[in-house]
Amino acid sequence: MGFLKRLFGGLAAVQQLPAGTITVDRDGRIIASTVSSAYPKNLLQTIAKDVLELLREARASQMPLAEVSLHFGSLRITARELRGGAIIFLLPQTALLPTPNSPRP
Amino acid sequence: MENRNKILVLDDDVDWLALCRDLLSTLPSKPEIYTANSARRALTIIETEKIRLLICDLKMPRIDGLQMLAIVRRRFPELRTIVLSALEDEEFRSRAYALGVDLFWLKTEMQRNSKLFNECLESLLGQADREGDTGFRGIQSKSLMDIIQMECLSRSSTVLRITRGPLVAKLWIQDGEMFDAECEGARGEVAFQRLLAWKSGSFENLPAEPRHERTIQKSVNALLLESAQTLDENAGASTAASAEPLESLNHRKTIWKLSQLTREGADFILAVPPEGQGEPDAIGTQSIASTAHWTRKADEIAHRLGDKLEAGPLSHVSGQNLERQVILLSRGDKTFLVGWPTDATGNLPEKTRKLVASWDS
Repeated sequence: MGFLKRLFGGLAAVQQLPAGTITVDRDGRIIASTVSSAYPKNLLQTIAKDVLELLREARASQMPLAEVSLHFGSLRITARELRGGAIIFLLPQTALLPTPNSPRP
Repeated sequence: MENRNKILVLDDDVDWLALCRDLLSTLPSKPEIYTANSARRALTIIETEKIRLLICDLKMPRIDGLQMLAIVRRRFPELRTIVLSALEDEEFRSRAYALGVDLFWLKTEMQRNSKLFNECLESLLGQADREGDTGFRGIQSKSLMDIIQMECLSRSSTVLRITRGPLVAKLWIQDGEMFDAECEGARGEVAFQRLLAWKSGSFENLPAEPRHERTIQKSVNALLLESAQTLDENAGASTAASAEPLESLNHRKTIWKLSQLTREGADFILAVPPEGQGEPDAIGTQSIASTAHWTRKADEIAHRLGDKLEAGPLSHVSGQNLERQVILLSRGDKTFLVGWPTDATGNLPEKTRKLVASWDS
């Protein structure tokens, strides 16, 4: 029975997706977070840094954005600009989540 | 000496003529100055000399300035005209512009702002040098199609009065839609098609006439597309070997893309190839370079973040501010950014995908 484990045991390290909200200041420091503490801090920091860079670049290109969303296959990241910082919503996309086309109850 | 521009000043005040002669002789292009104190004398000079620009007073005995301008417009349509008058009357100003004059200046203003006046003169003489060019006065190197597109894209309400020598045409635009056209005795779509065959002329914006009867029901893009096709067919029949078909094809392509854009209700679309593989292509936005820069950057950040988080393939990036919403997505090796109005409804990512697919096809 340990055959498969021996073959694939060390390879399939599935990374958990972040779920919750983080608030970051203009320097990219995380001020508040509701994301599970089990989620790697460095990845949260990467999200904060990249999202702020996205908003900053938009401002520099004369196209300031109040909100930006990144839609991935299994995660949606929505960030709202807050005086140079941002509040970032992390929503894993599951099959149970309603799609824009699904009928309202 | 033969290449010097010739300016004729017509005024019944001899002292004023002397003053004008002194002032105009200081122009950098050193034009030849002719003066006349009567319309009859002025007409003789215009007939014998190759006058480029006529500066005309309005209040004169026998033939007044407006009559003179009407004669000149009919007999010498290529002659540039400036009215220089002491009459501060809005009615005279609009009547003069209705006769197709290029500029209306007050004598007092001319003395106060002689530098600006000289610059206007030089600009007009410069335009006169390029007589062979096509395009419309006021917006050089732009075709009438471009002018109409600009008016309609900005959703403005205006009456465009287009003059080509003795011919006068009018376009009624209301909230960016073509309401009516009048050209060469025709009205509606026929007039619009005839007008688009004009390659040069001058135009002015008159106040909108919201109560004007609507005779054209088609969208501007459909009209432009039809007119471009007709023009292409005509051009193709007459000059098969000339370079014009390629130009027309590009123009038609642009109009087709524009019609796609407006049919879906989008504000702009920008196609950005990978760095170093060509220039971005856009319709509906002026700030192409900066927007393309953000598009590349946003695409790069989103892909990088997606890889790090193992969040699956990037579907799209959306953003919004008070003015509009934008959707960024990739297709092939290009990245597209599509701008939508804030009140756009429906499944925008899906609409964007459709628009991008038809644009890229």
